[in-house]
Amino acid sequence: MKDARLLVAVLRDPSRASALNGAEWTDLIGVARAESLIGSLAHRVQGLRLAPGVEAILEDARRDAEQARRQALWEAEMARRALAPLDVPVVLLKGTAYVAAGLQAGVGRSIGDLDILVPRASLDAVQEALLAAGWEWVKEDAYDDLYYRRWMHELPPLIHRERDRMVDVHHTILPLTARPTPDAEAMIAESESLPNGLRVLAPADMVIHAVAHLFADGDLAGGLRNLWDIDRMLRDLAEREGFWRALGSLAERHQLRRQVARALRLAARLYGTPVDARLAGKPDATDRLFERRLLARNGWGQGTRGATRFAFYVRSHWLRMPPLMLMRHLWTKARR
Amino acid sequence: MKHQLSLQVGPVAFRVGSEWRQPIDALRSLYRDYPEPKGVANFTVRLEAERPWRRWLRPSVAIRGDYILPDAAPLALEHGLLAAEMGMNLQMALGQKRYLLLHAATVERDGRAVIMTGASGAGKSTLAALLGEHGWRLMGDEFALLDPEDGRLHPFPRAVSLKNHAIYVMEEIAGEERLGPWLRDTPKGTIRHLRPRADAVARMGESARPAMILFPSFGRELERAVRPVGEAEVFVRLTQASTNYVTLGERGFAALSSLVKGVPARAIDYPDTETALALVEELWSGLPS
Repeated sequence: MKDARLLVAVLRDPSRASALNGAEWTDLIGVARAESLIGSLAHRVQGLRLAPGVEAILEDARRDAEQARRQALWEAEMARRALAPLDVPVVLLKGTAYVAAGLQAGVGRSIGDLDILVPRASLDAVQEALLAAGWEWVKEDAYDDLYYRRWMHELPPLIHRERDRMVDVHHTILPLTARPTPDAEAMIAESESLPNGLRVLAPADMVIHAVAHLFADGDLAGGLRNLWDIDRMLRDLAEREGFWRALGSLAERHQLRRQVARALRLAARLYGTPVDARLAGKPDATDRLFERRLLARNGWGQGTRGATRFAFYVRSHWLRMPPLMLMRHLWTKARR
Repeated sequence: MKHQLSLQVGPVAFRVGSEWRQPIDALRSLYRDYPEPKGVANFTVRLEAERPWRRWLRPSVAIRGDYILPDAAPLALEHGLLAAEMGMNLQMALGQKRYLLLHAATVERDGRAVIMTGASGAGKSTLAALLGEHGWRLMGDEFALLDPEDGRLHPFPRAVSLKNHAIYVMEEIAGEERLGPWLRDTPKGTIRHLRPRADAVARMGESARPAMILFPSFGRELERAVRPVGEAEVFVRLTQASTNYVTLGERGFAALSSLVKGVPARAIDYPDTETALALVEELWSGLPS
């Protein structure tokens, strides 16, 4: 298996899973584990007749995802208790938000750190409250620390000293150095409350946030999973009255219209997502490059297409920083 | 990958791939009596160059696979067999979700098993290997697999990793032809692998009921001794010996609680192998059957 196309095909159309033999499953499982999609795959093909031995492996993956869900919700509850006295809005992001909101995107999803978004003005208070409740800084390096504080969209990571779980406290959507400047305060203002008082982004904002992380930040590592999140969200949320109109106008407001269009095109292309054709726009010649990068993994779970990967790695830095700053940053990192 | 081998060990099927021929040849020879799984593999192990040029230039074997430890140190190519073994251990330690995994050796007789655990270097591997040559079935020297569904132990009879002096002890008992190649100056000292007896391999599908937990300590200066160990201490020591106790959540807790409540535990000290064997037999015959 030379790329991840089979994984995409089975996620898109689970009935294909029944035809696979043991060796094909070994490849498929290797790719799915490497792309953190094993839990999603396991849920997608549940109940189908599969090659001998496969069901037991996927059952483990489903149980593991259930445990991850439980732990993520507990960690969110711990943060809620620590921050409740401050009376500031705390918005859950990414995996924890999907499971807390009961979305399809959360089914079988692996969840690592807790990601929360808080208003920039309350950042100091949030930091103090978390430190008082047992979280500690992970990085000790002064340059890293300064870098995070001056330029990033989140605080340096904090880890809880007893539960050993990390929290990323975001105060905006993209690094401050990135060229699009989404309006995080507006997203917080539009966010929706959950029964326990924690919040999740409004539907269109939730999609836009996922898109921002996929295409405006980072080198597309784990991109298949992020695009799968987007596919599931679009299928869940598109039902809501006025969703596509809201998505269009908010994409404009957050300066991510091009990125949203690309996400819609690639989701439709890879996962067959039903999307608004006008918003998705015409296919772009570079869509194929993105697809090439997203699928760059072989049946042994190894990353392939080194040149394409490297190009996207360079792009990720280019997106994040102006050239002179990038040179300074790489120089500092290289010298230690 | 260029070179590969599939391997069934107890309930677990591995696929091992390597950029070099040597580790796969060594693995194939060491595991020549083991069945080759036909279907899906539970875990993939990859032995690959740490950096592309390190495939040829001062070859350096990085241990990777479905699950990866980011700061794992690479090994020299002449220790490729050890890298493959460590790769399989790593997948089990990080990826095993079906069974509660205890870092322990197990042996079986009449369908009932003894679990031996303790700090690294306490002698559990050697004791298990010895028992495996003296009327017990070796179930495994590295991991005990406890099934949370029914509380039974599943075998994981990999080749036994013998270190330093234990190599000479087992060579005398089992014979040169049962031992793998010398691996000298590895990060773990000098190592040779012992191929388990044929019955251990033939019966690797047979589970057993846990009947006794031992915490062995070997030391030439030690007096022969047996001490009871309280339930709470056994529980805590076994959580420390488990790699996936936390990951399994409530299932792990329930499995370990019922093991600790139902099975007697003893700490044993011994200065030599004869004493060790005699101690185990004595404690075994004192168990209610």
